[in-house]
Amino acid sequence: MPWDRNQLAARAAKELQDGMYVNLGIGIPTLVANYIPEGMTVTLQSENGMLGIGPFPIAGEEDADLINAGKQTISELPHSAYFDSAQSFAMIRGGKIAMAILGAMEVSEAGDLANWMIPGKLVKGMGGAMDLVAGVRRVVVVMDHTNKHGESKVLHECTLPLTGKACVHRIITNLGVLDVVPGGLKIVELADDVSEAELRKATEATIVA
Amino acid sequence: MKKVFDSASAALDGLLHDGMTIAAGGFGLCGIPELLIAAIKEAGTRDITIASNNCGVDDFGLGVLLATRQIKKMQSSYVGENAEFMRQYLSGELELEFNPQGTLAERMRAGGAGIPGFYTKTGVGTVIAEGKEHKDFGGETYILETGIVVDLAIVKAWRADTSGNLVFRKTARNFNVPAATCGRVCVAEVEEIVPVGSLDPDCIHLPGIYVHRIIQGTHEKRIEQRTVRSA
Repeated sequence: MPWDRNQLAARAAKELQDGMYVNLGIGIPTLVANYIPEGMTVTLQSENGMLGIGPFPIAGEEDADLINAGKQTISELPHSAYFDSAQSFAMIRGGKIAMAILGAMEVSEAGDLANWMIPGKLVKGMGGAMDLVAGVRRVVVVMDHTNKHGESKVLHECTLPLTGKACVHRIITNLGVLDVVPGGLKIVELADDVSEAELRKATEATIVA
Repeated sequence: MKKVFDSASAALDGLLHDGMTIAAGGFGLCGIPELLIAAIKEAGTRDITIASNNCGVDDFGLGVLLATRQIKKMQSSYVGENAEFMRQYLSGELELEFNPQGTLAERMRAGGAGIPGFYTKTGVGTVIAEGKEHKDFGGETYILETGIVVDLAIVKAWRADTSGNLVFRKTARNFNVPAATCGRVCVAEVEEIVPVGSLDPDCIHLPGIYVHRIIQGTHEKRIEQRTVRSA
């Protein structure tokens, strides 16, 4: 069985290391926060201007002044800090954030990432994604391996407008884990009960041995 | 000189004109200058260019100025959940200059700091880099982005003293600081105005030198996505 959303998030959480400052994107990446191992200190950055994102608040304690980058109400932790957006992106651009885990529409074998618009159809905007992939030291993509039509999202070349070029280090999909290496992608891990043949079949990109 | 005004429209008196440029603080609906936006709607100012991360939602925040067609151009990073924003952009009625979020914040900061341009890696190899100067530093390619200076900055803070020193609250600080600094004039709306001497000078987030007019008001502070956990 391919991994479901929560299994994907749990797998992505294995990328975390004690002491890391990490930025989690909207969607499945946000769920990664639920799987931070006990005893590990990971400080989550929210690019609207916060370090130390806490869990969703208890009902009745929501605060309009305290939201994450997905505009969801959150809470603060004892070590939380607030700052303005210019400083927030100074720490992102300045390479102070160890890892970004974010979603994607397409990823290429060269590590190119597309996740901000579909021309003529869907205009979301890049938000902070272009800054994150350009500035954060390690970029991990979490996404479904194929789109709703069953077509591979892991491609030779992205067809959609790019968020960043050669910026992705690791791709975690419902079928497995791939690393961007010279010449293409390398299979690191297969999802439970997914065969290498199945993963290769669902992948347009070059897989190197 | 008195900085405290009685109402949003009084604070904006003489500052609005058709074709003007405005920088607005806020991220989503958090920390937005909702009272000043409402007063700009009321004033009917047209053909405005607005630098702001988002454009509110359809019926709140800057979205109300889209509804009245007062905005000519947006400089933003995220269209997101605003259906009218996307519709006006895709139909060509609204100009939209996409800026990566950090680039937009830094363009405001730079503009306010007297820095006309800066180089950044953000956007290299994407449509954002098209037509911009590229330059290599230490073997890496960067693009030139320009500072933003606007006619008017509108921001929302938690507290002000009567000299214009501002304190923000939690993530509502966001773009309010860089936006405030890049305005030739800055008007701030706050939840509470306190006498000078009431705020700890060590804990001022934005010094009053950047803030020319202040109003106190009641804010709706709408929550876009209410997420909670069980107790």
